[in-house]
Amino acid sequence: MYTWIWRNLPGGLALKTTQAALLIMAVCALLLFVVFPAVEPHLPISHVTVNGQ
Amino acid sequence: MSHYAVEAEPDPAAPTAGDRVRFVLRGIGQTLITLGLVVLLFVVYEVYISNFFAHQRQVKVHNALENAWANGRDPLLGLPGSASVTIPLGVGIANLYIPRLGKDYAWTIVQGTSDADLNEGPGHYVETQLPGQTGNFAIAGHRVGKGEPFLNLDKLRPGDAVIVETKSTWYVYRVKGSIVDSDLGSTVPDGVPGREIVDPSDGSVIMPVPNHPGLAPTEKLMTMTTCHPKFTAEQRMVVHAVIDPTLTRPRTGDTKPAVIEALYSKVRV
Repeated sequence: MYTWIWRNLPGGLALKTTQAALLIMAVCALLLFVVFPAVEPHLPISHVTVNGQ
Repeated sequence: MSHYAVEAEPDPAAPTAGDRVRFVLRGIGQTLITLGLVVLLFVVYEVYISNFFAHQRQVKVHNALENAWANGRDPLLGLPGSASVTIPLGVGIANLYIPRLGKDYAWTIVQGTSDADLNEGPGHYVETQLPGQTGNFAIAGHRVGKGEPFLNLDKLRPGDAVIVETKSTWYVYRVKGSIVDSDLGSTVPDGVPGREIVDPSDGSVIMPVPNHPGLAPTEKLMTMTTCHPKFTAEQRMVVHAVIDPTLTRPRTGDTKPAVIEALYSKVRV
């Protein structure tokens, strides 16, 4: 997968590196600010009340 | 030897069985490494990002409460009768200080214990009593992430002060249990321990007399619940405290009364 992405990024080494870094940051931001906040309430660590409230 | 060479030779570009196996194995490997990194990133989210946003929300709730107080409004008196059900959910009702957990340990308690309420700060179980009332003022708070107000709830010892500031009054509760032998599990004298670990379904710990359904309350108690052990939802850690009537003070300004400020220097090591 990573090989395929790298091969399909246009430009030279510098350009490819920049694009790869941007891609990584975009994926991290998506996870941190969209996916994790959405998933977290369904994980057990956020349950702190008694009596199922 | 030549026999094998002939088999591998025909077309160097065509994928061999070995290539396909390598391709699949590499795919699995990359997927596993990626998943591992995602889990690591989740830890970063839980420890830093969720706390960052929780603190922002907490600051808002805190400022709203301070503003309400400054303007003469007391959320605890939401509507005549002062019944807790009339207080809007998610709104700050009181401030919480625990000297054992540090000079800067301060949280605004909000009304309600839904996920949304607890995202703002520790939340008051709406069906339980209000600060200073006879019965049980029960609150819940996150242990890990979301500001983690109750991360160190297990550090509390018998006799530790838990300070609750409302618009009108400073209340000091003392963690129950035996101070003499530092036994949090001691249920002397009223059948309520300082700390207990219970099943998540055990709602009796927030009753007016904890663990004693139907009994009419005579004491002014406070109960804090959070998850236990850390990072799981298997159990709940519950800390009970009882009011120290000698330290109840009217709230006249923004600064802590001297007797309450003094509690910070009295934390037993």
